[in-house]
Amino acid sequence: MSVASLSLTMRLADADRSMEVALETGPGALVLLGPNGAGKSTLLRFALGLVPGATGRVTAGDDTLFDSARGVDVPLERRRLGYVPQRYALFSHLDVLGNVEFALACAEPGRPSRERAQAARALLDRLGLQAFATRRPSTLSGGEQQRVALARALAGRPRALLLDEPLAALDVHARRDVRAFLAAWLDEVALPAIVVTHDAADARALGARVAVLEAGRVTQLGTWDDLARAPATPFIAALTRDGASARPDREPC
Amino acid sequence: MSARHTLERGALAAAGGLLACFLAAPIVALFVETSRGELRAGLAHPLVWPALRLSLLTTTVSAAVVVALGTPLAWSLARSRGRLASVVEAVVQLPIVVPPAAAGIAMLLAVGRRGLFAGWLYPDGWSVTFSTPAVVVAEVFVSAPFFVQAAVAAFRRVDPELFVVARALGAGPLSVFARVAVPLAAPGLFAGAAMSWARALGELGATLTFAGNLQGVTQTLPLAIYAALEADLRAAQALSIVLVVVAFSLLGVVHLATRRVGAPR
Amino acid sequence: MKRALDRRALVASALAALAVAGCARRAAPSAEVVVFAAASLREVFDELAASFRRDHPGVRVTLQYAGTQELRAQLEHGARADVLASADLRHMDDLARAGRVGRAVVFAQNEPVLVVAREAKERITALSELPHAGRIVLGAPDVPIGRYTAEVLERARAPYGDDFRARVEARVVSRELSVRQVLAKVRLGEADAGVVYRTDAHGVAGLTVIAVPPALSVRADYPIAVVEGAPHPGLARAWIEHVTSPAGRGVLSRAGFLLPGEAAR
Repeated sequence: MSVASLSLTMRLADADRSMEVALETGPGALVLLGPNGAGKSTLLRFALGLVPGATGRVTAGDDTLFDSARGVDVPLERRRLGYVPQRYALFSHLDVLGNVEFALACAEPGRPSRERAQAARALLDRLGLQAFATRRPSTLSGGEQQRVALARALAGRPRALLLDEPLAALDVHARRDVRAFLAAWLDEVALPAIVVTHDAADARALGARVAVLEAGRVTQLGTWDDLARAPATPFIAALTRDGASARPDREPC
Repeated sequence: MSARHTLERGALAAAGGLLACFLAAPIVALFVETSRGELRAGLAHPLVWPALRLSLLTTTVSAAVVVALGTPLAWSLARSRGRLASVVEAVVQLPIVVPPAAAGIAMLLAVGRRGLFAGWLYPDGWSVTFSTPAVVVAEVFVSAPFFVQAAVAAFRRVDPELFVVARALGAGPLSVFARVAVPLAAPGLFAGAAMSWARALGELGATLTFAGNLQGVTQTLPLAIYAALEADLRAAQALSIVLVVVAFSLLGVVHLATRRVGAPR
Repeated sequence: MKRALDRRALVASALAALAVAGCARRAAPSAEVVVFAAASLREVFDELAASFRRDHPGVRVTLQYAGTQELRAQLEHGARADVLASADLRHMDDLARAGRVGRAVVFAQNEPVLVVAREAKERITALSELPHAGRIVLGAPDVPIGRYTAEVLERARAPYGDDFRARVEARVVSRELSVRQVLAKVRLGEADAGVVYRTDAHGVAGLTVIAVPPALSVRADYPIAVVEGAPHPGLARAWIEHVTSPAGRGVLSRAGFLLPGEAAR
C-alpha cells in the first residue's frame, strides 16, 4: 500500500473562528486531540474542501488537492479521501453489502457488477462482516456499523482516511473492544489517516503520534509519552493525567 | 393528578375530534344524501366517464411532469443556502396562495395566444389553450408547489453527512442525487407526490379559465361536477362521489406504498 | 332526491334571508327602500340609487344583488324587500302567481350579441360568418347565455342553411360555465368569437360587437315589481317610476340595455 502522507496547511479567520494549522500525518495514523470547539472537525472538513473562506494547502503524497495560492481546488468526489463521520453515515436504504458496493461502483464505474459484488464480499470478510451482508445498517450495533463504514471507506480506494470521533457514538462497554480493533485495523491498512478524538484514552490507543489542537492552533505534537513527559499546556497536562490513569471512560459529551 | 391527565387527554382528543368531524361531515353527507338509485343514474350520466377518463389521464401526466422536474428543483433548493434560493423557494410557493381562477388568467397572459411568450411559443398562431395539454399545464401549475414543498422538506430531513460521504467515495452530483438523496427521501417524496396529485385531481378554477370546458377534451371531473350543478344536481352528486372514491383509493394506495418504502427491509 | 334538494335550498336561502333581514332591521326606523336586483343590474342600479337619494332626501336605498333564482328563493323564504328587479320573466311570473309580487312591468331588455376578437374581425362581420372563426367559445347549454345562444343558432338554420349550427359547433372549443368566462376568452384573444349579453360587451375596448339580426334574436326581459307586503310600498313605487323615467331609461341605455319597444341597434 501507499506510504504517502497527508499534509494540511489551513488558515481561516472569520467572525467566529480563527484557525492556523499545519499538520502532516506521515505514513500512518495521526491522532488529532482537543477539546470541543477547538476546530478538529473543521480541519477534517477543510481536508474535504467543505470550509468556505479557508486558505492553505491540502496534499496527499505528490497530489495537490487544494492550494489556494495556485487556485487548485479538486472537487470532493475526486479527492479520494475515505471519510468516516461520527455516526458513520451508513446508507440506510442499502444493506451492508450495498453500502460497500456503492463505494466500489464509484471508485471503479467500469467494473462488471458480479465482480464488484465479489470484491465487496471480500472486503466484508476482511472485517468479519460476512454474516451481515444482507442486513440493514439500522439493525447493527455501533461497533458493527463502524466496521461497515470502514469497509466502505476502504472500498473507495482512498489516498488517506479521515475519521471523525470514531468511538464517540459507542457505549462504554463496546468502546474498549472497538478501540483495540480500530488500532489494529489502522496499522494493517497502513494509510495516512487523521483520527479526531476528544478522548485521551482513545488518543493514546490509536495513534503513535498525537497532535493537540486548542483554539485553532496546534499546541503540541509528539508521541503520547512525549506529551505526558513534557506537557506544553495545562490542558495537555490534565489530559495526560486522565489518560494515564486507569479510570473508566467517560461518556462522550 | 391522574384525573387531571385524563381531563387533559380528553380536551386534546375533543379539539382534534372536532376538526376531524368537521372535515368528514360533507363527505359523509354526500354519501348519505345520495341513494343507490341516484348514484346508479348519476354514474350512467353521459358526463361521467369521459370526465373520469380525462381526469385520470391528465393528472397522471401532470404528476409525472411535477415529479420529474420538481424533484431536481427541490433538491437544489434544499441544498442551497443563498438568498436567490430562498427567493426561488418563495416564488415556487406562490401558486398555493393565488386563487386558481387568477392563476388561469395569469397563465393566459403568459402563454395564451396573445401572451407574453406567444411570439416565441406559437410562431404560427396556434396556442395550447382549449386543448388537453392545457389541462395538464393548469394542473402542473397549481399542484407542483405541493410536491416541491414536501420534497424540499424531505431532502432537508436527510442527514447531510450522507451526501458528504457519498461524494468523498467518488459519487458525482447525479449519483448523489439519484442513488442517495432520492432513495433516502423517498417516503417524503411519495407523500408530496400524492398531495400534489390530489390537488391536480380537484383542480377547477385554473383549468376552467386556461383550458375551457369541452367534453372529452378539457372537461375533467371537477369541471363536469361544476357544469352539472347548473342543470342536474343528481349528476353532480354522483360525479362528486366518483371523484371522492377515486381520490380516496389512490391516496390509500400511495399511503401503503409510502409505508412499504419507508419501512426497513 | 327532490326532498333533499329542497331541504338544502331552504337552509341556504334561510341563511341568506337572515343576513338580509338583519341588515334591513337595523335601518327600519327611518324611511328605506330595499331593492332586490339581478346581478347584471349592479352598475345601473348603483347609479340610479345615487340620483334617487338626491330626489328623496333622507331615504335610504339598500340594494341586494344576486342571481335571479337566488333572489326568488330568498323572497319565497320570507326575506323582506320592497322591490324585485329580475333578469328573467319566468321567475317573476311564478312569484306573481304565488302572490309574492305585484304586477310587473318590463323596464329593460338584454339580448345575445356576437363578440369578435381583433384577430378575426375581418373574417367575421356578421352572424352568418361565424363558422369562419378558428375558435368559438359559447356558454354551456345549461347556463342562460348558452340556452339563448342555442336558440339563436337553431333559428339561424333557416336563413344560413341547415348545417349552420353544425358548422358553428364544429368550431366550438369550449362551453363556458359563465358568460364572464366567454367574454374573458374573447377579450384576451384566446377565442376568435363568442356569444355574450349585449350589456356584457358594452363599452369593452378591443372587441367588435355584432348584433344578431332581429329576426333571429332572443330578447331577455327584465321585469320589475313591488313585493307583496313591502314595508314601504310608496317608496317602492317611487323607485320603479325612477327606473322607468326618461332619466332611468337613459342610464339603462348607456349601460347597453335595450328599452322595451325599441328596435335592436
